Amino acid sequence: MLTYIIRRLLLMIPTLFIVSIIVFFLIRLIPGSIVEAQIVALRQMNIPIEDIEAVRAALVKQYGMDVSIPVQYGRWIGVVPQADGSLSGIFQGDLGTSLITKKPVVEEIAVRWPVTLELGLMAIIVAQTIAFPIGIYSALRQDTWGDYIARSFAIFCIAVPGFWLATLVIVFPSIWWGYMPPIMLIPFTEDPIGNLQMFIVPAIILGMVMSGGTMRIIRTMMLEVLRQDYIRTAWGKGLRERVVVLRHSLKNTLIPVVTMLGPQLLLLLGGAVIIEQIFCLPGIGRLSLDAIVNRDYPMVSGALLIMSSAMVLLNLMVDLTYGYLDPRVHYK
Amino acid sequence: MADSSSGRVAERKRHSELVGFFIRLVKEKPLGTVGGVITLLLLLTGIFADFLAPYGYNELHTSDFLAAPSARFWLGTDNLGRDMLSRVIFGARVSVIVGLAAATIATVLSVFMGMLCGYIGGKFDLIVQRFVDAWMCIPWLIMLMIIMGVVGPGMLSLIIAMGVVNGLGGSRFPRSIVISIKENVYVRAARAVGCSRTRILTHHILPNMMPIIIITFSMSVPGMILGEATLSFLGFGIPPPTPSWGGMLSGSGRSNMFRAPWMAIWPGLALATVVYGINMFGDAARDILDPRLRGGVGRYGVRAKKGKKGGDANQSSTTQ
Repeated sequence: MLTYIIRRLLLMIPTLFIVSIIVFFLIRLIPGSIVEAQIVALRQMNIPIEDIEAVRAALVKQYGMDVSIPVQYGRWIGVVPQADGSLSGIFQGDLGTSLITKKPVVEEIAVRWPVTLELGLMAIIVAQTIAFPIGIYSALRQDTWGDYIARSFAIFCIAVPGFWLATLVIVFPSIWWGYMPPIMLIPFTEDPIGNLQMFIVPAIILGMVMSGGTMRIIRTMMLEVLRQDYIRTAWGKGLRERVVVLRHSLKNTLIPVVTMLGPQLLLLLGGAVIIEQIFCLPGIGRLSLDAIVNRDYPMVSGALLIMSSAMVLLNLMVDLTYGYLDPRVHYK
Repeated sequence: MADSSSGRVAERKRHSELVGFFIRLVKEKPLGTVGGVITLLLLLTGIFADFLAPYGYNELHTSDFLAAPSARFWLGTDNLGRDMLSRVIFGARVSVIVGLAAATIATVLSVFMGMLCGYIGGKFDLIVQRFVDAWMCIPWLIMLMIIMGVVGPGMLSLIIAMGVVNGLGGSRFPRSIVISIKENVYVRAARAVGCSRTRILTHHILPNMMPIIIITFSMSVPGMILGEATLSFLGFGIPPPTPSWGGMLSGSGRSNMFRAPWMAIWPGLALATVVYGINMFGDAARDILDPRLRGGVGRYGVRAKKGKKGGDANQSSTTQ
């Protein structure tokens, strides 16, 4: 077990190294940079061309873009000294400074992270609350009308685009009852109920998408498990339905549900980007979206690296839970 | 001669399998049939959009801005006086093209990568899997937005970007299937006879993966359609004036929502219906095609109590 964890942690190193390369270089490939955006503003004010060039050079130097991109990458991860000769990069726990707000990226992310975490956790709770009863029910009553209605509902949850539903949810209450969701974030510590009220609608919309997927897995696995010999034995012994379902079938169904949690969390994070945007929640998804639009390179790379690292760690935790649930699994 | 006749036999067999599939679909899966009909309607709408749409998708009716649904404009008009029905119909074409093309690229790429990694294994697999790991843990939507920023908006670049991003991440599943298939006796026999690696992969492993590949493909189409809509909604997908359902919901659709709710309702409704239909069809297809779910042995008591149906199921399993 311990060797397995160590092996997995060691395998994380190359993965995260590749992630860091992807997130660093890809964003820099997008045409246009923050320097250009600021220069354009100067051009419109009829400033002489030499002055503009001087400003451009100063900006390029200030943003650290005057060296080659591999050197910039080296500075970013902290193996090449910065312009002032000090080493400050990922290895030193520094993700650089935002080009827009001039604050450290780590600080910005630390402020935004709890919002996404709360949204995600609530969405997961919503999703499982919907998925489990419906999934189990529709597997037990396969091909009955109850099954059809339950499955239709689950697929409906997947099919309705989150961004569409979110827009409708914002617009129609405001037409009918003049209700607008709060624009400013209400911190949980100040007003717990107001905070939950603010998060519950986005969390339901986000959770709906996830619930559809989970419900389908539960139904499929449940159908498979119900065909197993040991379930027939359980029926043959004359056990009650509740015991067969909960103790014999559900436990074995849980395993693939847990393994699917990893990819689902990723989908959740993707969905959170849009939901945060529409509901004006200042989470990490919205932060990265804004940063991409503004070409705030350190911010995009930093946010993506943090999100990816979280995903890698969560996947490891999922795999460990897998072994806990399924005693047949041996970690090698 | 011998070649052509054997080819015909194989063709007839596949044909009857396909018909058998649809007979089972209609008989056993009413929801799947509904889904199949929706899928078929989407395909036909996409193909015959030019004939179905009453107006062109960019035809301006300058005296009818934001007109409510009426006999002339069944679904109303948008803020530029364009007929919503025509735009929704042409949007179906965009969805069909993007959904099918991107899902094809993703499936081919993931099966190819999965087969290589699963069959070769060893160090090659270990290294490629680290890249897949890295690729998979970056949030797909942000990744796609950045890639679309690099290659520029447009339908072709969107198709390729979505196909590649999903194809790399999706190679895990085919890989695990290849790993389980390659231990089968017939693969070992083929190796013992001296078949080349390519021949084993294409003639022995690939045919056995086909049902799963078809299912994965049909499951990924709705995801691609939703992905296109999401990206177009965020402004990273297909640029206007091409009518994409996602694009129609963003920008003018959102800002005119209060005065003309139909602008935001129809494209979303079309999107939801289509994704619902394809998903239902894919589910039913999986239930029918997946060998693990075949037969009625050990089916839950409710079916058995009805007597006749349970008996039928048992019979079919013994004849199989």
